[in-house]
Amino acid sequence: MDADGLIGRLAEICGPEGTVTHPHQLRTYESDGLLQYRVSPRAVVLPSSAHEVREVVRACFGAGVPWVARGAGTGLSGGALPHEEGILIVLSRLRRIVEVDLENQRIVVEPGVTNLEVSRAVGPTHFYPPDPSSQVVCSIGGNVAENSGGAHCFKYGFTTNYVTGLEVVLPDGERVELGGKELDPPGYDLVGAFVGSEGTLGVATRVTLRVVPVPETVRTLVAFFGHTDEAGQAVTEIVAAGIVPAAIEMMDRLAIQATEAATHAGYRLDAGAALIVELDGPEAECASRLDEVVALCRVAEAIEVRVARDEIERELFWKARRAAFGAMGRISTTYYVQDSVLPRTRLPEVLRLIDELSAEYGMQIANVFHAGDGNLHPLVCYDGRTPGEAERAEELAGRIVKACVDAGGSITGEHGVGIDKKHYMPSMFSEPDLDAFQRLRCSFDPDGLANPGKVMPTPRLCGEVPGPYRQHPLEREGVAERM
Amino acid sequence: MILEPASYEEAGELLKASAEVARAVRPVGGGTKLGWGGPTRADLDVSTASLSAICEHNAGDLTAVLEAGARLGHVQDVFAEAGQMLALDPPLGADDAATIGGIVAAGDSGPLRHRYGAPRDLVIGITVALSDGTVAKSGGKVIKNVAGYDLGKLFSGSFGTLGLIVGVAVRLHPRPATRATALFRSDAPDALARTAAALAHAPLELEALDVRWEHGRGAVLARAAGAAALGRAESMVERWGGEVIEADDALWASQRAGQRSQDGIVLRVSALPARLGRLLEVADRTGARLVGRAGLGVAWATLPDVAALNEVRREFGGVVLDRPPGVELEAWEHEPPAATLMRRVKERFDPAGILNPGVFAGGI
Repeated sequence: MDADGLIGRLAEICGPEGTVTHPHQLRTYESDGLLQYRVSPRAVVLPSSAHEVREVVRACFGAGVPWVARGAGTGLSGGALPHEEGILIVLSRLRRIVEVDLENQRIVVEPGVTNLEVSRAVGPTHFYPPDPSSQVVCSIGGNVAENSGGAHCFKYGFTTNYVTGLEVVLPDGERVELGGKELDPPGYDLVGAFVGSEGTLGVATRVTLRVVPVPETVRTLVAFFGHTDEAGQAVTEIVAAGIVPAAIEMMDRLAIQATEAATHAGYRLDAGAALIVELDGPEAECASRLDEVVALCRVAEAIEVRVARDEIERELFWKARRAAFGAMGRISTTYYVQDSVLPRTRLPEVLRLIDELSAEYGMQIANVFHAGDGNLHPLVCYDGRTPGEAERAEELAGRIVKACVDAGGSITGEHGVGIDKKHYMPSMFSEPDLDAFQRLRCSFDPDGLANPGKVMPTPRLCGEVPGPYRQHPLEREGVAERM
Repeated sequence: MILEPASYEEAGELLKASAEVARAVRPVGGGTKLGWGGPTRADLDVSTASLSAICEHNAGDLTAVLEAGARLGHVQDVFAEAGQMLALDPPLGADDAATIGGIVAAGDSGPLRHRYGAPRDLVIGITVALSDGTVAKSGGKVIKNVAGYDLGKLFSGSFGTLGLIVGVAVRLHPRPATRATALFRSDAPDALARTAAALAHAPLELEALDVRWEHGRGAVLARAAGAAALGRAESMVERWGGEVIEADDALWASQRAGQRSQDGIVLRVSALPARLGRLLEVADRTGARLVGRAGLGVAWATLPDVAALNEVRREFGGVVLDRPPGVELEAWEHEPPAATLMRRVKERFDPAGILNPGVFAGGI
């Protein structure tokens, strides 16, 4: 099938309503949440059922045309950036909640269902813990692709800890069931391999998630410090005391100023750092732990510690944190977000380096991060109208990433590699490591049709299964045969 | 013959050399679970006995990097000195010989799984040696990391059929200050199931929630852990009946021990939690001893004979782990639904087909 033939076939599958080919309409889809990259695909399809997804993938396979799956398009690494020769498959019409099975603490959803809808569907008794900041709009399919985290993953874990089953369309159009509602199904943990694979192994058309009881109590405080060093010290003390808060979030002076201007949440503008600590669980545990956290913040020389008196005040504390990325627009029209991770104990030295880099490059850097797990989100502010500034900002961000990797961390904690960080992959992984990744890729997608050009730093082909086949002595003797 | 590499690179070289002479190998850690799965067609053992170091214990970061042959019992002692633990408590076998590599390869776990998950959830990085000599790692040593594919999960529970796990990085947790258990005894399976369901759906944040059944009687065990464990156990008893057991270590040791057997057939069952009552009934009827995770649906039934095994399997499926010497039976009952894809994964990671052939689901 040639390209025109393929598009005709896609229009048959998804209907004219669900097939977009006009250049103006295609522009809607040329970026995801990372706007630095723009590519127009050959066509966009919006299938309305798993069956249509499968037919679309099968048609692409027949034509040898690559495709990219897209959920809500909120990703921050360009994972859903279209392929210029390829088809963009938008899953937003697959938004049925298939089954709510609270008896077994499971929910089965289609990939276009939003993260927040899942928690709403199992409430008020249960909730779905991974909570990316974009949870109002981001889709479960995208969360599965990116293994999304959120503010509460220090205690509760990530998407991968909650997915028990997937229905997946493989790049050859075959449908497979991986896992299910039960834990530990026989065979390899392909659910674990698929979650976080950034759309390169296939497309999920149905997702089974584990949900958990809503905690009895939630207690939230915000502590203000003169400097991030002291806030970091407080985090160290809290963790060393054996406390596992549901969330520990830090903002530095610039981030506080930007978010306060946007939200009027009452954060102290004279503070060099703010720490949000949230404890949840049984009342009996939270009460004593909260007192300990307050005391430890004071020991670390907090200027002020405020404990939320009610849900309204708690929401206000969080409003500032959640608004952080958006609020940066008040300080700089353009900024570059990083997502690197470092072992938490190395935080002070890397924060000092960030200060130095800020001075060296003459660019403001706001720091907003998940302090419990060492996931930094430095926002490098630059003037997009000045030629070369975007490149300098990216270079600066790259030096932060390098410092984190050198300290034993990671290039990405939750945003994914996508297109944006693939050139950093060799700083973390050797050639043999990348080769091992490619083996997994090739077993799912030998033709490289699913989201090609992402994650891996350089294009790789699969070829035949490597290595010569040798008959095992037992096979030769007819004692055993190879499956 | 036993190969015993002393470094990751040597492990790769030995596997490659084995592949070149078409000798199949069986990865061995502490040797406590060698009978699990189907009969291996391996010619040689490759042991991790000389790879047993604790490479890093980053107490401030709650992480550790271990060589695969490190014994879990030993590393727990080291972590305990810092008030920490690796939240994995499977039975450790004879002489507490179970190694972290073997536990991850078998996907084994104990009561702590209720709160902290299985090996797949606690492994944050993995290093493996493949049969073409490649030594590769995935993940890292930070708890939050989405760079690259998650081979740690792929290798967890893979029974040594994809490669030799030579090292793992793990997430640690603080060791709770206090623990106490609410124990609910009953000889009625449905009453136990109701109690278990009520506890699983209540916001108790239990460290473990187990069930047991033997000789017509059973119990649900709910363990609170933290700063106020005793008071929480007392509250459970006030609400649901039962009794508080403050010195509860022996109780939980017995739950762990119940996952293994010298003379019975052990079937690991993955059922939905809502079927717990039915599972206990079938255990009662077949004369099985059963322990399991009441909130998760994972259970270990020790069965007296093959007829009993078949009866439990007919309703619940499952995989045979321990079995008495000389008893021949199929460890894996059916082809997994994605068996074709699993074979493709196997071919890519172990193209020579020399790693523990025959032990895994689908005849892999």
